[in-house]
Amino acid sequence: MADPMKIRANLVGDSTEVKVLMSHEMETGQRKDAQGKTIPAWFIQKVKVTHNDKVVLAAQWGPAVSKNPFVSFKFKGGAKGDKVKITWVDNHDDSRTDEATIA
Amino acid sequence: MRTRIVGRCVASIAVIGIAVSVVYGCASAPAKNDVGERAEAMMKSSFKAHGQATLARLDQDETQRVCSEYAERALPPATAERIEKANLDTIRYPADGNLVGDWKSGEKIAQSGQGFQYSDDPKKPAGANCYACHQLSPKELSYGTIGPSLYRFGKDRGYTDETRRYAWQKIYNAEAFAACSNLPRFGYHHILTEQQIRDVVALLVDPASPVNQ
Amino acid sequence: MRTMIRLAVAAGAAAVFAASTGAALGESTADEIAKYREALQDGNPAELWEARGEEMWKAPRGPNKVSFERCDLGLGPGVVKGAYAQLPRYFPDAKRVMDLETRLVWCMVRQQGMSEADALKNTFGDGSAKRSDLEALAAYVASQSQGIRMHVALDEPHVHDMYRLGEKMFYYRGGTHDFSCATCHGDDGKRIRLQDLPNLTKVEGARKAYTTWPAYRVSQGEVRTFQWRLNDCFRQQRFPELAFGSDASIALTAYLAGRANGAEYAGPAIKR
Repeated sequence: MADPMKIRANLVGDSTEVKVLMSHEMETGQRKDAQGKTIPAWFIQKVKVTHNDKVVLAAQWGPAVSKNPFVSFKFKGGAKGDKVKITWVDNHDDSRTDEATIA
Repeated sequence: MRTRIVGRCVASIAVIGIAVSVVYGCASAPAKNDVGERAEAMMKSSFKAHGQATLARLDQDETQRVCSEYAERALPPATAERIEKANLDTIRYPADGNLVGDWKSGEKIAQSGQGFQYSDDPKKPAGANCYACHQLSPKELSYGTIGPSLYRFGKDRGYTDETRRYAWQKIYNAEAFAACSNLPRFGYHHILTEQQIRDVVALLVDPASPVNQ
Repeated sequence: MRTMIRLAVAAGAAAVFAASTGAALGESTADEIAKYREALQDGNPAELWEARGEEMWKAPRGPNKVSFERCDLGLGPGVVKGAYAQLPRYFPDAKRVMDLETRLVWCMVRQQGMSEADALKNTFGDGSAKRSDLEALAAYVASQSQGIRMHVALDEPHVHDMYRLGEKMFYYRGGTHDFSCATCHGDDGKRIRLQDLPNLTKVEGARKAYTTWPAYRVSQGEVRTFQWRLNDCFRQQRFPELAFGSDASIALTAYLAGRANGAEYAGPAIKR
């Protein structure tokens, strides 16, 4: 099970600002190890963020996103105490879901 | 109970029937370089041999010892002269008298930072890593500033035998000219081969070299 | 009028072009790198190490199943807030001046019951699967000193002695390349390739440099500590390997941390 994400969700005016730090190798599949063998690709492909079960961000990522990705975004609405849920799925079909409360 | 001995010797002695701490041992009149000697001993016991980097690398020659002692302070002129002469005496020249090689190979040597680290492959040739500290070819923007710019080295000094000889000497052992120089002594320490030094000389003095464009 | 505007635009463009080439390149490159670092500070992956370290700090570990909450970093058992800013310090129970990592190892061995070999098994992570507990713990403890002014007790005799020894070591020329720490860190405004070098012979340089370690090194994909920094410097100086937690590593840390006294601790930071 991958490491938990670090999520901060804050109400700023009438929008919610969310900052997420994900723990993931994001291996591109282009690198070679010391023996010359290609290190297999291993990266997050899908990201979904929901607020009160409504999708506020959906993303499709590729190997261009670097290791331990950080994403920061805003969505209209949200109130203190609401839950924001973030899920990522990678090319090994591993996934991780974490939740945060809007402050 | 602990007694603190004041003065040049600072130590803490436990007087509870336990042996006096030998690490902070105090002579009645500690030598001026007592801290220096202890620092050297502590260094030597704090490192491990790793691959080609043996503990012998921590043994200082006279030049390294003097330069460490003076740290940031200027050397007295007599001392500087002595160091410079001793280093000049170490310089060896090719048997055929040819000091200039191929600047294209010289550029590769100047770009390469590999060699002599315990992480390096000892079978591969070492580089001189010139660009770590110097500007050379104007086409290379990624250069360091620890040393002066070598751009137009040959052009500025003239394409003469004197310039070629000076370049050879500087690379072989820069401390022949400047005691305690930061420039590694590439010839004296056998970092570069004779041919490699010729190639770096060419990079500096060949009129066709990018350094002189 | 139109001619004047065209000339002004041309002059402006020329000025921008000139600023980005030649002699000015050094300054603008350094500025751009500073901007890059600032942008990356938000969402510093070091936070992931801090979170892991915090979990580790509180969990029972080792054969004795004891947590670090019993570990005294100088301010009392389990006290982490402000601990990093007063290290290295002399610990009477160990009869030794210790930095953060040597103290953590001491607690792992003496309190948690680990063997020293086990405690030192993974000192530095390898950038992927092999992770270091010590790096995560160091990130966590250091983060709890953010904003607190460095105050290493230089008047304590043992620390004072290590400080003086570290100062000597800083100027120790050796190895195949005659390098000392001062070779790279002895002057203002120098850089190696395009990496700016702090002048550690001056207090201002030591303050800026010491207060940003540990740091997430993007190129390493790991949080790196001051033990790592010293070890990697000596490797590049063509010296043999600096032993983890050795006296020399602590003396040099005491020297540089002591010179940073008065500066606000700003880590864990993010570096290239």
